[in-house]
Amino acid sequence: MGANGIGTNGFMALRLTVNNHPGVMSHVCGLFARRAFNVEGILVTPQQGGDTSRIWLVVHADDRLGQMIRQVRKLHDVLEVLAFEADQSALSRMDECMAGWEQAGPCAEAGM
Amino acid sequence: MFEGNGAELVIRLLERQGVKRIPGIPGGANLPLYDALGASRQIRHILARHEQGAGFMAQGMARTTGAPAVFFATSGPGATNTLTAIADAKLDSVPIICITGQVPSSLIGTDAFQEVDIYGMSLPVTKHNFLVRSVDELVHVIPEAFRIASSGRPGPVLVDIPKDVQTARVSLRELPEPAQPDPVEAPDAQAISQAAQMIGQASRPILMLGGGVAASGASAAARALAEAASLPSTMSLLGLGILPDAHPLNLGMLGMHGTRAANILLEECDLLIVAGARLDDRATGRLERFCPAARLIHMDIDQSELDKLKVAHLGITGDVGASLAALLPLVGANGKENDRAAWLARVAECKAANPHTFPGLDNPLTPYGLVRVTGELLGQDAIVVTDVGQHQMRAAQAYPDLKPRAWLTSGGLGTMGFGLPTAIGAALANPARPVVCFSGDGSLQMNIQELATAAELGVNVTVVLADNGGLGLVQQQQDLFYGRRIFGSDYRVRIDFVKIAEGFGVRALDLNESRDPMADLERALKREGPCLVRVPVQAEDNVYPMVPPGAANIDMIGGETCTEKGGN
Repeated sequence: MGANGIGTNGFMALRLTVNNHPGVMSHVCGLFARRAFNVEGILVTPQQGGDTSRIWLVVHADDRLGQMIRQVRKLHDVLEVLAFEADQSALSRMDECMAGWEQAGPCAEAGM
Repeated sequence: MFEGNGAELVIRLLERQGVKRIPGIPGGANLPLYDALGASRQIRHILARHEQGAGFMAQGMARTTGAPAVFFATSGPGATNTLTAIADAKLDSVPIICITGQVPSSLIGTDAFQEVDIYGMSLPVTKHNFLVRSVDELVHVIPEAFRIASSGRPGPVLVDIPKDVQTARVSLRELPEPAQPDPVEAPDAQAISQAAQMIGQASRPILMLGGGVAASGASAAARALAEAASLPSTMSLLGLGILPDAHPLNLGMLGMHGTRAANILLEECDLLIVAGARLDDRATGRLERFCPAARLIHMDIDQSELDKLKVAHLGITGDVGASLAALLPLVGANGKENDRAAWLARVAECKAANPHTFPGLDNPLTPYGLVRVTGELLGQDAIVVTDVGQHQMRAAQAYPDLKPRAWLTSGGLGTMGFGLPTAIGAALANPARPVVCFSGDGSLQMNIQELATAAELGVNVTVVLADNGGLGLVQQQQDLFYGRRIFGSDYRVRIDFVKIAEGFGVRALDLNESRDPMADLERALKREGPCLVRVPVQAEDNVYPMVPPGAANIDMIGGETCTEKGGN
């Protein structure tokens, strides 16, 4: 990673393939929080078979990106890290995808 | 073939890993593990008096042997008490494995008695951690904990095992082979040859050696390279002892309480080769002004250390011993290595103008003398442990010829209370060797309960206590940088440490009341079993030289003529 991999709009998307177990989100989010790397957006999708998940992280493409990727690679449940040029449009379109769920309104009973 | 419960399986797997001793403390949530441990013929349990003490005992074993060491704690407060020792191991890359009991799975998340989320709490201070969710996972998790702790850059691993997982029945047709550290990839040949070229082209190179060199057993490789390429060498706190004190290329320690010569010469170097060090702020001082004229070659087994603080002109990921060894045949052939006369003359002149001498070295009743005389009396075989504070810096500065894996000090975390339990662990793993623990009264009070453990075990640990009635290194900063306002850092009650030690069943003497301090110190150091030697020192005696926090290394205070400063 480096200057030649940075998106023109200042965002990058990191695609993490991770072991799918209850602690893995804590490991990834905790790392970003304690190393003071900002995450602009996050999306998790289970993969076929259920043994692995994909975590998409939208981050600022600053000069700490290389360090960020090296730190994430050290996590034992992270199997692969790839970086892509990105913008925030994909994540904002996710809102549209959820609109179908929202249409009927929230369930009254849940958690009340 | 294995038939038993989860706890018995854990103990069997630990036995197969070659574990001989487990320090720890039992409690409600790990009693099945203790029941199984009690039946083991191979593993001896060491009953600590505080879980942090147990963690540092494991560190004492791991730091001296290089092999992962295991310790036990129960859930809740037992587990939280381990965190400081684990964080310390993380920062100094020490392979320890903490196995905690957890409340039964069905109660997790209900605020059950002695429940804490130690998985969540230990996440930022471990290399990796596990919450074991079923008995079937144990057979993978335990060997995996050993593999992770000891592979690449070593570090601490925590395994949290709910009580019902410990008691669940399990039968296995066969047990896995004991885990080994992963093989390390050879360093990139092209990078190595580029490094050799840069060394050949440099006029004023310096080699900086850190704890990674000691951990990879690469002292001989480092020395061979330094000699072959005429590289004056400095060491971080954890790298001390890689070169003998009297070696002409040895500049001593760099950084906050380093030698004046090392800090001055680093300012002048045109190439810095960092091997197994992570450029901590206590070593580099103000980073923008660290080695301002130098190109940087950085070698580390952890790629994320490269370019973390200072962008390297050349980074080499790999075992530092392998990298140093690969460099050796490539240097000295046709570069400037044979043309370093001017630089080596400058180094010799700078060292002569800034001698590394300290006041009162031959008198065991002075703060530097107690370090030097102890070292001379103990000879080459001793393991040297420190707590954290002025005594630690004086031991780093003045102990004669420290040795890798026999110099145990809390470098990254700077944990007061590290010394005594770490010394006990070192003595347990090295029963034939004398262990000395330099401590201060502030540090000793933070894990003083482990004197009981030392007495019970009869370990060969001599605590040499520099007692100044306060927090000396804090007072030093208040004296120098806070208008001499000494606040909150002096103890108003003078503790009778001799009586305290004797109350724990540990022999003790006050060297100040001795008619022949030299002879009494020697007797204390060479007698079997634990002993405490108290030496009163003055809190006003600052440690010099000192780089003010946040300042450049070149702006160090004091130490120009050490022989005229400080001392009693």
